Amino acid sequence: MSVPEAEIIVKDLHKAFGDRKILRGVSVYAERGSTVAVMGGSGTGKSVLLKHLVGLIEPDAGEIWVQGKRVDQLNRSDLNELRLRIGYLFQGGALFDSMTVEENLDFVLRRHSKLSRRERIEQIHEAIAWVNLPHAAEQYPAEMSGGQKKRIALARAIILRPDILLCDEPTTGLDPASVRTVSDLIMRLRAERGITTIAITHDLLCAEIIADHGIFLSRGRVLAEGTLDELRSSEHPELQAFFG
Amino acid sequence: MTYTLEQVGAIAAFAGTFFGQLFRRPFEGRELIRQMDETGSKSLLLVLITGCSIGIVLSMQSRGTLARFGAEAVLPNMLALSVVKEIGPVITSLVLAGRLGAGIAAELGSMRVTEQIDALEVAALQPFKYLVVTRVLACVVMFPLLTIACDVVALLGGYAESLLSSDLDYRLFVDQAFSSLRLSDVLFSTAKTSVFGFLVSIVGCYSGYYVRGGTREVGQAAMRAVVIGSLLVLVADVLMVRLSLILFGG
Repeated sequence: MSVPEAEIIVKDLHKAFGDRKILRGVSVYAERGSTVAVMGGSGTGKSVLLKHLVGLIEPDAGEIWVQGKRVDQLNRSDLNELRLRIGYLFQGGALFDSMTVEENLDFVLRRHSKLSRRERIEQIHEAIAWVNLPHAAEQYPAEMSGGQKKRIALARAIILRPDILLCDEPTTGLDPASVRTVSDLIMRLRAERGITTIAITHDLLCAEIIADHGIFLSRGRVLAEGTLDELRSSEHPELQAFFG
Repeated sequence: MTYTLEQVGAIAAFAGTFFGQLFRRPFEGRELIRQMDETGSKSLLLVLITGCSIGIVLSMQSRGTLARFGAEAVLPNMLALSVVKEIGPVITSLVLAGRLGAGIAAELGSMRVTEQIDALEVAALQPFKYLVVTRVLACVVMFPLLTIACDVVALLGGYAESLLSSDLDYRLFVDQAFSSLRLSDVLFSTAKTSVFGFLVSIVGCYSGYYVRGGTREVGQAAMRAVVIGSLLVLVADVLMVRLSLILFGG
């Protein structure tokens, strides 16, 4: 039996903005190929935690390791190299509004690959077909629904075939059918490509579909962790309130 | 006062980052051309209307005053000197500070609050280089070109008004207008708008790039960009005129 390798390790992470302490000693561990759902109410520091993993925010204290590299100590060039192995799905999609879907994906691909224009277009069309939007290439983000934007954002996040996918509320604001579609796509990524995923969510349906491990944050601390069944059966009032 | 000094320091540091990134790869040529088009061709009509209006009004207002002193004949000289040396560059820059300063701040601010700048960052796409350096360079190049367009149209407007009022021959108008202008006047006055373009765009980019919050803050950033950008144009103009007097005399 192979020893599981940790793809992401966060140790005792602290972060404050001014006097407001957001994270107070959070630790997270994600094995290669696993999917971890980080749950909790609003303002508990979930998104702040995720942004630390790609160096968008610097920690006040603690360590962040991704693929054996300490993110908080990398120089700009090494950090950018690491970022190419991480796909990030933003809460609102963060698609570039001035570009079509095809341009959004090509923008990333053109700068980080040596593919010819024809090869890039083929890869882009493959990616948008993979998220079940094969005819969206010429559309602008403003012309799409929330669910479609999320799927295109997912296609952009994985266009460089990353090893890790970070999702910030991948299903917030979507109808149940779209929640299932986006969650299924995240599951397929794990099955087909063995991607390690950390997803911030307060959507139970999404967490149930994608997660094999859950972490519950409360007031900047890890209140509980385990499988979703373990979290659901906890008698802690906050967890009971969350899982209803 | 402390806040103002902090802001001045932060804008200076932002400008320092611009110069630090300016000669580093990648050079984003395609985006630079797109920004020059956005800055130039989409501001051209506004600048032409402004120039035409300046020329006509200046000609109408000055004729009566000059006539009182029996100096109506020097109207083309006065028109050319005031338009090329001062009014053209400053009014063009102020109009562009309103249009471009607000536009840049609002666009970058919206990109910040919708996490598009973060998306560029995590995709290792160097957002400062792509968004800020290209916009500032586009303004540095396009402000002088738009100023030349404004100057030309202002002189044409002035001539058209003179033609209607006094049937002035165009050769006489052109001879007189250009006889009083030195090459150094034209070059320096036009080139100084590159500095104005730099100031307007760096303030616009700074205001938008670091927006925190939502649409309200984006609106405030756009307003701040226009106010600070316009003030900097006026202050820089005083310094530049003083410099031109030292370098080239009256």
